[in-house]
Amino acid sequence: MKSHRWGIRRLVVAGAALTALAVLAACGGGSKTDSAGGGTTTGSADAVDAALKAGGEITYWSWTPSAQAQVTAFMKQYPNVKVNYVNAGTGNDHYTKLQNAIKAGSGAPDVAQIEYQALPQFALPGSLVDLNQYGFSQYESAYTASTWAAVHAGSGLFGLPQDSGPMALFYNKEVFDKYGITVPKTWDEYVAAAKKLHAANPKAYITNDSGDAGFTTSMIWQAGGQPFKTDGKNVTINLQDDGSKKWTGMWNQLVEGGLVSNIPGWTDEWFKALGDGTIATLPTGAWMPGVMESSVKAGAGKWAVAPMPTYDGQPATAENGGSTESVLKQSKNPALAAAFVRWLNHDEGVKPFLASGGFPATTADLKDPAFVDKTSAYFGGQKINQVLTAAAGTVVKGWSYLPYELYANSIYGDTVGKAYQSKSDLNAGLTSWQDALVKYGNEQGFQVNG
Amino acid sequence: MSTVTSPLRPKRSKLLTGVMVLYLLYTIVPLAWLLLSTTKTQDDLLSTPGLWFGKSFAFFTNIKDTLTYNDGIFLRWLGNTVLYVVVGAGGATLLATAAGYGLAKYKFTGRRAVFAVLLGAVAVPGTALAVPTFLMFSNLGLTNTVWAIIIPSLVSPFGLYLMWVYATDAVPGELLEAARIDGAGEVRTFFTVALRLLAPGIVTTLLFAMVSTWNNYFLPLIMLSKPNLYPLTVGLTQWSNQATGVGARPIYNLVVTGSLLTIVPLVVAFLLLQRFWQSGLSAGSVK
Repeated sequence: MKSHRWGIRRLVVAGAALTALAVLAACGGGSKTDSAGGGTTTGSADAVDAALKAGGEITYWSWTPSAQAQVTAFMKQYPNVKVNYVNAGTGNDHYTKLQNAIKAGSGAPDVAQIEYQALPQFALPGSLVDLNQYGFSQYESAYTASTWAAVHAGSGLFGLPQDSGPMALFYNKEVFDKYGITVPKTWDEYVAAAKKLHAANPKAYITNDSGDAGFTTSMIWQAGGQPFKTDGKNVTINLQDDGSKKWTGMWNQLVEGGLVSNIPGWTDEWFKALGDGTIATLPTGAWMPGVMESSVKAGAGKWAVAPMPTYDGQPATAENGGSTESVLKQSKNPALAAAFVRWLNHDEGVKPFLASGGFPATTADLKDPAFVDKTSAYFGGQKINQVLTAAAGTVVKGWSYLPYELYANSIYGDTVGKAYQSKSDLNAGLTSWQDALVKYGNEQGFQVNG
Repeated sequence: MSTVTSPLRPKRSKLLTGVMVLYLLYTIVPLAWLLLSTTKTQDDLLSTPGLWFGKSFAFFTNIKDTLTYNDGIFLRWLGNTVLYVVVGAGGATLLATAAGYGLAKYKFTGRRAVFAVLLGAVAVPGTALAVPTFLMFSNLGLTNTVWAIIIPSLVSPFGLYLMWVYATDAVPGELLEAARIDGAGEVRTFFTVALRLLAPGIVTTLLFAMVSTWNNYFLPLIMLSKPNLYPLTVGLTQWSNQATGVGARPIYNLVVTGSLLTIVPLVVAFLLLQRFWQSGLSAGSVK
């Protein structure tokens, strides 16, 4: 799979280059976009229903596994609407193309999947439609507080949440039992468990982390850090705030002590390691069970779920991953696109999504006894959703991502990644990441303090 | 082969043989891994050793699944790649041959300037030009069309350089003069006299252009957002990336099988054209 990794490398470089272009474009042509947007998009709640009745054709870009099934169900319900579903790629592939189309001024879809971490990057330059104008703010109570916050940028509402990823601790119970390790409730216990496991079996590691920006930001979030703050063009970056240092103080022990495996996530090696006990735990989003059931068959019956360890023993977690569907400014029929988004993430579209193994952002589903009390055969009959839905209620408030988070993620390996490679202090890595981000932000026309 | 003794045959060097064996392993092992992996199911891929067979022999199911996954999109990608190679690499070879011959055999002002530009163009990797090319093409409204891949593929600075150098030596000026005296026009001379002499060079250029178009990844990646237009490289990467993030659905068995199917045509092309290629590479070496 070497070639595959090279592919990703190139792609990240490409993504970074295009992001730079897109941000430049956004700054250069900002006033033009703003005036055009203000003039053409005057909608209302009624307009959405009227558009649905009138019908039409829209294009939808997404890599959600259930997307095709959802589109088919939607068109069955509304035969006068034609939805062209396109899987333009996963993650960065998708964003590169989306950014391209926005930059080019044509070719963007009407509706696109956008991860929460990437939302500010598309919303703030004015590439997305503010759904407040269609009265979508009325759906606030339907979603968890953390996902509702995640679909906002400034005062604008730029999508409806599709899923959520409150973090929990997935652990290989078989491995824990074999080495007499108890489930850690605090991070201190987690570090102790890491040492015990690796001492007992030098081939086994408590978890893998070769430097993953999404994981780092979520962990800082859980520790109460707020390293990124954006107010218009003013951005503040502080990757040495109390929360960030709290996390590095704990995680440094694992990295410097060589207690985490350096297997990169989402590789064939990683899937294999999850099945054979090489990786004993995963602190990750609540969407993980769907992935494990379909792709880590060797782990069936071995894994279990516990709440995230915390610093003080009090429940607290963060979001990791998760997406929204947004309407693009380029859309010629934004009201119809908004109607589709509403159907996808608020109405009938939610069921096919859950059926495919997704984890909901909708409070009704998170409270539904049929969902909460479902036993999972893969997880040895455990009612895992009890743990996961409880986690959804304990997400630390106040987090926000950078308005150029995708670029930030792309250079993470070149800065913080070095600390992982040399098993040295993560704080030094975070500081050089911050320096690079401040420099880049200022070049892109933001006023960055850091 | 061992029966043929040549007075020039050098002594065997143990060191060199060792190095060659290492190199052979270096090139053969990944191929062996690929072949073995195509016989495995997704589960076996993750649970059995890489350099031996898995529990079940799934080679034919994998091929069938690869060709039928997502309504047979793989065949569509194969067709696209063939189109890009035939039109793109074919066109590039034609243009490089004509231009290389022209630059080698006609004296005109600006020739040295062309040479300088050409050397510069050979030095700049195509990847660096991809984003500017994208912006140009999007202004022309050509992104997301087959032309976005074909037109840039038509230009092969290296092919032109190769043909220029080759034509300088392979086509004697006296022969062209003879043709002119016999009353052949310039176009006719090119097609009936020069082209035949250039054949080994053309095949070399064609092979280079084919390989680079067949393997072209970055340009289509940024130019195309319709999966229907993807070549195999971009399509397979999309399948591979399906293993990433929320809702990950790895299909490594289809990715490896697709990779095998992707290299087969190139291997065949090399086997069929290699004798031309060898003579092309050594052309001019004894002068």
